[in-house]
Amino acid sequence: MNKENIKAHKFGMVIDLDKCTGCGSCMVSCMSENNVPFKEDESNKKDSITWMRVYKLSNGKSFPDTEIAYLPRPCQHCGGKRDHGHSPCVSVCPATATDYGYDTGIVSQIYTRCFGCRYCMGACPYHARYFNWWDPKWPEGMEKYLSPDVSPRMRGVVEKCSFCYHRYQAAKDKAYYDGREDIEENEYQTACATACPAGAIVFGDLNNPAHRVHEIVKPDPHPAPNNPNVVGKSRNPNVFRLLERLGTNPKVYYLSEREWVRKAGDHYLDGEWDKIKNHHGSESHG
Amino acid sequence: MKVDRRSFLGLGLGAVAGFSVSPVLLKLTDDSSIWTQNWPWTPVPLDGEVMYESSVCSLCPGSCGISVRKIDDRPVKIEGLNEYPINDGGACLHGISGLQYLYDPSRVKTPLKKNGDKFEEISWEEAVSLVSGKLADIRNAGTPEKLACISDKHQGSVSRLFKRLLKSFGSPNFYTMPSLESYLELTAASLHGKGTTIGFDLENSDYILSFGAGIIEGWGSPVACFKANASRKERGATLCQIEPRLSNTAANADRWVPVKPGTEADLALGMCAVILKNNLFNAAAVAGFKGGFNKLTALLQTDYSLSKISEITGIKEADIEDIATQFAKAKMPVAVFGKGRGDSSQSLKELVAVQTLNCLVGNINKEGGAFVQPVKEYLEFPEETMDDIADKGFAQPKLSPYVHDLFDKVNASSQPVVEALFVYQSNPCYSLHDTKAVKQAFGKIPFVVSFSSFLDETAKEADIILPVHTFIERLEDIPSGAGLSKMVVGLSKPVVKPVFNTKHPGDIVFLIAKAIDGSVAQSFEWETFDECLEMAAGNIWGDLSENGYVILSEGVPKAPHEIDVTFLSKAPDSVQPNGDGDLLLIPIDNMRLPSAAQAASPFAVKTISDEELKGKETVVEINPQTAKGLKNYDRVTLTTPLGTAKVMIHLSEGIMPGLVGMAKGLGHSFDNKYVSNKGVNINELIGPVIESGSGLDAAFGIKTKISKA
Repeated sequence: MNKENIKAHKFGMVIDLDKCTGCGSCMVSCMSENNVPFKEDESNKKDSITWMRVYKLSNGKSFPDTEIAYLPRPCQHCGGKRDHGHSPCVSVCPATATDYGYDTGIVSQIYTRCFGCRYCMGACPYHARYFNWWDPKWPEGMEKYLSPDVSPRMRGVVEKCSFCYHRYQAAKDKAYYDGREDIEENEYQTACATACPAGAIVFGDLNNPAHRVHEIVKPDPHPAPNNPNVVGKSRNPNVFRLLERLGTNPKVYYLSEREWVRKAGDHYLDGEWDKIKNHHGSESHG
Repeated sequence: MKVDRRSFLGLGLGAVAGFSVSPVLLKLTDDSSIWTQNWPWTPVPLDGEVMYESSVCSLCPGSCGISVRKIDDRPVKIEGLNEYPINDGGACLHGISGLQYLYDPSRVKTPLKKNGDKFEEISWEEAVSLVSGKLADIRNAGTPEKLACISDKHQGSVSRLFKRLLKSFGSPNFYTMPSLESYLELTAASLHGKGTTIGFDLENSDYILSFGAGIIEGWGSPVACFKANASRKERGATLCQIEPRLSNTAANADRWVPVKPGTEADLALGMCAVILKNNLFNAAAVAGFKGGFNKLTALLQTDYSLSKISEITGIKEADIEDIATQFAKAKMPVAVFGKGRGDSSQSLKELVAVQTLNCLVGNINKEGGAFVQPVKEYLEFPEETMDDIADKGFAQPKLSPYVHDLFDKVNASSQPVVEALFVYQSNPCYSLHDTKAVKQAFGKIPFVVSFSSFLDETAKEADIILPVHTFIERLEDIPSGAGLSKMVVGLSKPVVKPVFNTKHPGDIVFLIAKAIDGSVAQSFEWETFDECLEMAAGNIWGDLSENGYVILSEGVPKAPHEIDVTFLSKAPDSVQPNGDGDLLLIPIDNMRLPSAAQAASPFAVKTISDEELKGKETVVEINPQTAKGLKNYDRVTLTTPLGTAKVMIHLSEGIMPGLVGMAKGLGHSFDNKYVSNKGVNINELIGPVIESGSGLDAAFGIKTKISKA
């Protein structure tokens, strides 16, 4: 296939942390959509498989000045340094079980190729990957609700958020059937974005200026001047990415008017934040 | 051929070389890795035709429209229904998990009869004849009023059928569990007249003053509230949250005002006093006040001075004055009541005091304000056929006004005041305060029939369990209550064939009624519930069955309303907590943990924070100042007058010092290992506190002691 002739998508999302209520709808919608199993004790969050996990942030001040916010964390679908598709996990996978889709920007996970070395889990800076320590088991009869769109995983493999890739495939199939070349914005939406009762999750194509996600994020097409590894940085001063300066180039952006929330997106040395806070929440524009 | 050392080594090396270039090694590794992943018990979901069916969720009073994705006849996913008037596509985590209830391990699969400590399976014929036989005995003894029934609500066809069964049988003893709807109606009855209710126009208001209402904690219709809250920024609306703990609502609000628990009523009245003193009230609205407005004004001036209220509530005088002024000066302010989800115990003084704020600024039946209007009754049933026994029994006074004192009466009497009890869509043995006393009362009632889909805490106390379809297996009209500005009735449809040997609750009522004969049977002339609903819905049935919903009222109501302040002008007392510890245990409502009739699903339990549940232990929230050297996840013993509980602690700067916050909705004890036997049920530790003047259980917490375990 001639790559130049395909208009590549770059699917991504922006999550409004001021709207997010921490209600958990996105987590459960994801579990239900993607046949994520559950076990008797899920209170050890390190082995609790949650492709979408909602973290609680605090400004660390004492009563009554304390504030909290919630941060939903799907797979960040990193583009890797300079957005060349060398995501941290993709680079280390010895089995090509995880790969970067140049046509979508989605980082895939092929369960039957994975042999459970978990290098990718070590490489992922966002703890977005989970290992199946046990075989999934559903109570008698409950396996009837499993969806045929996503295969249930077996013991010994790693799994993670796929941006509901099967929904992209279904939308593409439909477009092909209808004789259209491309899909509409609302035809492909992730399960978390459609479920969010607060409308905090906006999903779409970061390459398409007509999409809402592009309108909010306004990604900078040029590499950041001080850190050429960072590409697609938001030109909206309230939008940030997690650990942006690593140059992993996540396609999940976060939006907040609260400064302390934006600051929570990375680690800063004493006094460092004040120097760079006006530069879109990261040092890369120094 | 002679094998010498040289050729032996040569052959050996050759074999090694041959083996390593051959694909065998690779093939074996590959095969073994494939074999390790081909466990036959990893299910392979069947593919098929994709279909979507719309219905309405009735897991909570929110009544959201849902779209169920099916593969052939298998439902695989529940999502929010686009363009449904309440949730417009949004869905909460419990609705999305709805299919887990269908296959829940604790479902009652067939009718059960208690035999000693165990349940044995019986046929529907036997179950119905046991129930109708017992009821016939009660009727023949001339005491039909000794049949009582508890339901989740009084609206909707199924509850109406239970009520009808009781009336034609001859009993006035139909009870509903406490809910936000019941509190809205009680508040409206006190201020605006019987038969009215209140809705809040949150989506249009520009200043929401919430007295602990967990607007994003599951209060009211959760998804509608999430949407109203999310649009605040665009609308330029302010949310001021008054609450002792930094709940998610408080964290999301523009202003959080920590208040000493139990003093919210005094704060609201203090704000009323500020509004009156500073002439910030709406004169036209106040002119219509009845029931001793002058007396109330005088009372507010003497007993609710700023300095006094500041001392009681722990809020600075300037802040109280500032909030009251901002509220009164806003264009479309609304004050909202109902702590937490609004469905647990509340004090009428607090509810009425908050609604009085709305009355004073004249926002009743104004855009963005509080809507007062008659409860819409959209179903019409023919008059019951009443014989002498029915007439005589039904004319008896109700045993008690509320469900909690019904159980007090049962416990206090040596004779059975209730001979038979029906329980439908509610779990009083889990969700009422002092569950031990409730269970004791269940033990004293000779015959308890549970109409439950699950073997929950209350079903376990029953003598007969008649299992009903879950919400996605049955046809039912679902009225929205829950403090919304609009009233909608939706139609829940069976999207899947019943999984077990269960029946529709309406059909079970018919079977029982027909087996009793006489006036009871004559009052139930329908063959099936479907036929009955179509008849009762009358002229809205066409729209209801075609569109899936009917909007009963929308927009600012034109109905006239009265304001009668008699209740407040009698200067009711504020409620004080029981116990003698130095700390106060308060319940925490959290969107991820349902606390009433329905227990959490396995998915919902998975989302619970490890700051609330760790392993099988409840984690309570306490301020580091109160913790005195205790560390996160230290084990402590909580002691209240009702009992003790071993819990772990989590230090949080978001809770007022002196308080212990415990999540509600844990500590279930039925047969579902993913949900049950996790943590403590807070209702085992808190007892009811009856508010004088209203008779409501108004316990907002209980004094507790904490000691290192």
